[in-house]
Amino acid sequence: MEPEHTVVGRPRPRVDAMAQTTGRLRYADDLILPGTLIGRQLRSPHAHALITAIDTSRAEELEGVLAVITGRHLPTPYGILPVSEDEHALAVEKVRYVGEPVAAVAALDAETAEEALRRIRVDYEPIVDVATIGEALTEDRPRIHGDGVGPNVHRRVALEFGDVDSGFARADHIREDLFFFGGNTHAALELHAALASSDPDGKLTVWSSTQVPHYLQRTVAKVLDLAMNRVRVIATPSGGGFGGKTDLFSHELVAAKLSLLTGRPVKITLTREEVFYTHRGRHPVLMWLRTGFRSDGSITSMHLRTHLDGGAYGSYGMASLYYTGALQTSTYRIPNYRFEGVRVFTNKPPCGPKRGHGTPQPRFALECHLDQAAAELGLDPAAIRLRNAVEPHTMTVNHLRVTSCGLRQCIEKVVEASAFDAKYGHLRPGHGVGLAVGAYLSGAGLPIYFNDMPQSEVQIKVDRGGGVTVYSMAVDIGQGSTTMLATVVGERLGLEPGELAMVTADTDLTPVDLGSYSSRVTFMAGNAALKAADGIRAMVFEAVAEELEATVADLVAAHGRIFVRGTPEAGMAWTDAVRAATERFGPLVAAGSYRAPDLAGPYRGSGVGISPAYSFSAAVVEVECDRDTGMVEVKKVWLAHDIGRAINPLAVEGQIEGSVYMALGEALFEEQAFRRTLHRGPSLLDYKMPTFLEMPPVESILVESVDPEGPFGAKEVGQGPLLPVIPAVANAIHDALGVRIDEVPITPDKIVAALRDLGRGGPGRVGPTDLPDFDFGRPWPVEPPEGFGSP
Amino acid sequence: MAKRIVTLTVNGATTQLLLPEHRTLLELLRHELGLVGTKHGCDLGECGTCTVLVDGRPVLSCLTLAAQAEGRSVTTIEGLARDGRPDRLQTVFAELGAAQCGYCTPAMLLTARALLDARPDPSRDDIKQALAGNLCRCTGYNKILDAVEMVARESAV
Repeated sequence: MEPEHTVVGRPRPRVDAMAQTTGRLRYADDLILPGTLIGRQLRSPHAHALITAIDTSRAEELEGVLAVITGRHLPTPYGILPVSEDEHALAVEKVRYVGEPVAAVAALDAETAEEALRRIRVDYEPIVDVATIGEALTEDRPRIHGDGVGPNVHRRVALEFGDVDSGFARADHIREDLFFFGGNTHAALELHAALASSDPDGKLTVWSSTQVPHYLQRTVAKVLDLAMNRVRVIATPSGGGFGGKTDLFSHELVAAKLSLLTGRPVKITLTREEVFYTHRGRHPVLMWLRTGFRSDGSITSMHLRTHLDGGAYGSYGMASLYYTGALQTSTYRIPNYRFEGVRVFTNKPPCGPKRGHGTPQPRFALECHLDQAAAELGLDPAAIRLRNAVEPHTMTVNHLRVTSCGLRQCIEKVVEASAFDAKYGHLRPGHGVGLAVGAYLSGAGLPIYFNDMPQSEVQIKVDRGGGVTVYSMAVDIGQGSTTMLATVVGERLGLEPGELAMVTADTDLTPVDLGSYSSRVTFMAGNAALKAADGIRAMVFEAVAEELEATVADLVAAHGRIFVRGTPEAGMAWTDAVRAATERFGPLVAAGSYRAPDLAGPYRGSGVGISPAYSFSAAVVEVECDRDTGMVEVKKVWLAHDIGRAINPLAVEGQIEGSVYMALGEALFEEQAFRRTLHRGPSLLDYKMPTFLEMPPVESILVESVDPEGPFGAKEVGQGPLLPVIPAVANAIHDALGVRIDEVPITPDKIVAALRDLGRGGPGRVGPTDLPDFDFGRPWPVEPPEGFGSP
Repeated sequence: MAKRIVTLTVNGATTQLLLPEHRTLLELLRHELGLVGTKHGCDLGECGTCTVLVDGRPVLSCLTLAAQAEGRSVTTIEGLARDGRPDRLQTVFAELGAAQCGYCTPAMLLTARALLDARPDPSRDDIKQALAGNLCRCTGYNKILDAVEMVARESAV
């Protein structure tokens, strides 16, 4: 029997792999145009201050300086979410964090640009800053946005699904815990860079290391007051994204403005220190979690409170806030659920989305909490998770539609592969294993700005040599989206992915894809590519059927030929088939698009968390801990992931290993730490991330649940596998030492403190002990979806 | 701004440049010679991304003055191929998925090449030690280790 697929499902290298390994891939900062000027930004040394005067005259006098701009040159506010357009490309009247851009210059070279910055005089009138969640919620601090004093609340939310009080009343056992997840940052190795070039005919082109060219095109047009069709954005191959390049950045808009003013290309490349201030990384979140259980471990009710430290601006924060409450129900059947959350402003670099966007923090809380509840109920960690595991094709209490779901298999496989049962509680002192699970979206159900257009479009054209060109705005940020598209199209046309020409991420040339965020590209752009490929396939098959006197239904495309199923010799080479089809249909072009089904629930905020499909993961982490130093060595990580179908198993493994790596960094080392509002160490020396020496072996286990709506059944893998690893580390440390570190990162000092506490007869815990007072308001009551019964 | 003449060999070609004294080797390679395959991630010697080989040894080009390369032989990623054929490390990195975004890759490859030239049969720990100064944010390192190990084993046969 012929295999179901000839291209999909085989491990294969990236289509641009040799360009990468020969140093030929051109990133944003590698680009240079004749006459390019160097742009630099002046940044605020104050966390919170009024700008009383700016004098740029001495900078303008400097030879070699071609333009100097301040906030008054770019007065239009913007923001990635239409509900919080609270940023300016350069500060207007006020600065809100150390490192906020205040002015910018374009000069002939970097030295001149830097000298020009030194010549700009800014008079500040410092005001009291807001450094913490607790301070933000007090009545007497100045407002960071708006006038006067008062709580610095960006947004609060309170939702109740089902009847939480009666759910707790039915519980045999109730547990509550407090957790804190420290903020951390993406630290992609590529520094953010943008090159802008305006031409005399009124067109502006921006090359940027962005994950969202479409949103950037809209925003450049808006802020620079240009028609969208006058702005071309080209997203360059990204030297790492992880969510860090999904926002709209000052330097992109400033480079564009400086190019318009000077009529010359302008390039701005941030320094590493500037990247730390630009941030938009993981929100610090303080959490309180209360859950009711039956004695068999089944959950009767859950109440979660999250407090997010948003930093100085909105960014994606509204979505981040809702995400902290959205996905607990996607792994466990929670019949009654109350979620209360608040995001505050503080005078620190703005937080935003990082791999897992708003979900790793509550996932850490939930999975640690669940292990402790299991112990109290006399259940093992796998049993309590299997007891509550979400089943395929069910609705959650907060109206998420779960379709394919391999969570149960992920738990079973990872437990088996790691010999978890034999190890848990049985390893020698200082050694331990921990288990946790997670789930993630395969693409946000809704676009960032309201519209009913497709979320992803793909076009394909075929030339007379049989060459196939695929056009998509999807951005390859290293995850391999271009290879994914080539694989999907190659499968349907019977061609090797490496034979296709890929044109991506250019707003002039490619049809819209909303961007590389929310793990949406394989599902959405993949489905659009599948439809476009089928458009070409239909024409080619019709022409071949006629030439071969066969029926279309009997034809197969594989190995560069179109032939009758079962008799490969009865067929035509692809190039001949293309000739026949072009004779019959004229130019061979086709388009396909994807828009997620309407999945929103009957409540405000239900747009966050919905997705056409969810991936599921389970992790076991094995650690060895030193009782004297508090050092943790991760010995091995087993990670099972429900990928739906692996379009390219090599790429899937790569995403799993990378997610595990990033999770271990967050669990043990990485923190965007501040001395009040001043970054403690905006450098890669101070911001500790795992090197080769800290990285353990990873055993990846792929579970293929074959999603009914995914391309070839595929779901996401870029973010989901990160989620279970962080709590699994915490659970493993508990198994090893008997201490609970309810705070990320789990640094050696915390372990030593917890061991001391344990030695003195205490609970052996380090973590938050109280919550700030805050009135979340009456929760909005939401009826569970139809057919969702209480146990 | 004081300038000086620097003569060095880059990827086999000897070249002479008049440069400000504070110009780094990284700036010389990227800006003067257009060898942008050499990347930069911090300009402070923290990430290893700008590593090139100077007389066969890995050097952080962001912390090296161009003047320090006077009379020396520099190899960048553009010079790793021999006679138009990619180094085996380049091919195996590609095949095994040792590059995701690819940004750290040129420096990884050069550091790995220096290791294998100095020590053709390294243990996995030797490889980890040799590459520990090169950060990667995408791969989780394991596929890079696998690739270097595979090339080492092949050449040991």
